[in-house]
Amino acid sequence: MAKTRGHISIDIDECKGCELCTVECPQDGMAMSTELNRKGYHYALLVEDVCTGCTNCALVCPEAVITVYRENKANKTKEKVAVITDVRDNITVTVS
Amino acid sequence: MSAASEGIQCAYIEDLDEVWARPSTLIETTMHYCPGCGHSVVHRLIMEVIRELNIQEIAIGVAPVGCAVFAYHYMDIDMQEAAHGRATAVATGIKRMLPDRMVFTYQGDGDLAAIGTAETIHTINRGENIVMVFINNGIYGMTGGQMAPTTLEGSITSTTPSGRDLAMHGHPLKITEMIAMLPGAYYVTRQAVNTAKAVRKTKRALMNAFKYQMEGKGGTSFIEVVSNCPSGWKMTPIESNQWLENHIFKNFELGDIKTPPKE
Ligand SMILES: Cc1ncc(C[n+]2csc(CCOP(=O)(O)OP(=O)(O)O)c2C)c(N)n1
Ligand code: SF4
Ligand code: SF4
Repeated sequence: MAKTRGHISIDIDECKGCELCTVECPQDGMAMSTELNRKGYHYALLVEDVCTGCTNCALVCPEAVITVYRENKANKTKEKVAVITDVRDNITVTVS
Repeated sequence: MSAASEGIQCAYIEDLDEVWARPSTLIETTMHYCPGCGHSVVHRLIMEVIRELNIQEIAIGVAPVGCAVFAYHYMDIDMQEAAHGRATAVATGIKRMLPDRMVFTYQGDGDLAAIGTAETIHTINRGENIVMVFINNGIYGMTGGQMAPTTLEGSITSTTPSGRDLAMHGHPLKITEMIAMLPGAYYVTRQAVNTAKAVRKTKRALMNAFKYQMEGKGGTSFIEVVSNCPSGWKMTPIESNQWLENHIFKNFELGDIKTPPKE
């Protein structure tokens, strides 16, 4: 059965690199960056496109910096949005 | 490797709904807590509950002395700082003068179970209609990792360099079980925030506690959260959570200790 599709966006400059989200992801989709963020921490990233939008990572994140999105099959008319996450500032663009 | 070349760089969020975001009641600022500290998670959960119950305008929190001394910088509600251990005395005064406000205290184990033991016991014995949130991380975090009443036998802290010795330092204090026997205790539970499942349960417990206060059911709701202190325990956040599972929860068992009588 196809999994529900989800996605997360992380405010990487507010991440303190605790790694708790990475162990809590049941899909093993997260890892820590090799780069440092503005605070000097390795930050969390979604590295595999396996997210189901379960929210586990966001629930354990002490900094509350993870936003979670999930597929909603009843909602096909919504505009297409791409969120580009692991750059210095989050950018959201609308795809027409 | 550049930052932009790591991770999923661009996911097309087509028909995706936002299902989890930082609560608006948690002020947009960096908390001073150490990486992986449970204090941050519990702050957020209280703010989620206050937002969902729509009580932001009538909530009053009392912050302790301890690492959570700056809680009022993060919670977007009215707050009052109390002297070390005296949060429940201050909360008693606030609730009695402003009975329509939703009042809670937020206290560590040094604050609530050592210097504030008398206030803790007598507030609950009077059955004050407040919520008490008790963060048990088994140590004095703020002052540099000294032994707390809740420190386990054998644990090394800065004041027990060869481990807590029961003959010398007494037994780990289970204050939650002690206060549960008081008639003024209405709802008493012990929870954790080390996993997503535990976080969901703690949020439910906080929700119950605030609802009981709103319903004016009479009695104090007491929520212990068995938490970590990676810095004081000299562990990584992941190691500290494993330590909780493998050692601490065996001594401080999770679950409800006293639930309100069924109607
Ligand atoms: C009257 C008084 N005595 C002692 C102190 C020193 N002091 C500050 S915080 C603290 C203990 C904090 O431990 P805990 O309540 O467990 O909170 P944590 O920092 O672990 O979250 C102590 C003893 C103080 N501030 N005031
Ligand atoms: S849980 Fe939050 S702070 Fe910790 S590594 Fe993950 S995103 Fe960063
Ligand atoms: S010293 Fe311990 S309790 Fe205090 S913020 Fe750091 S990890 Fe948390």
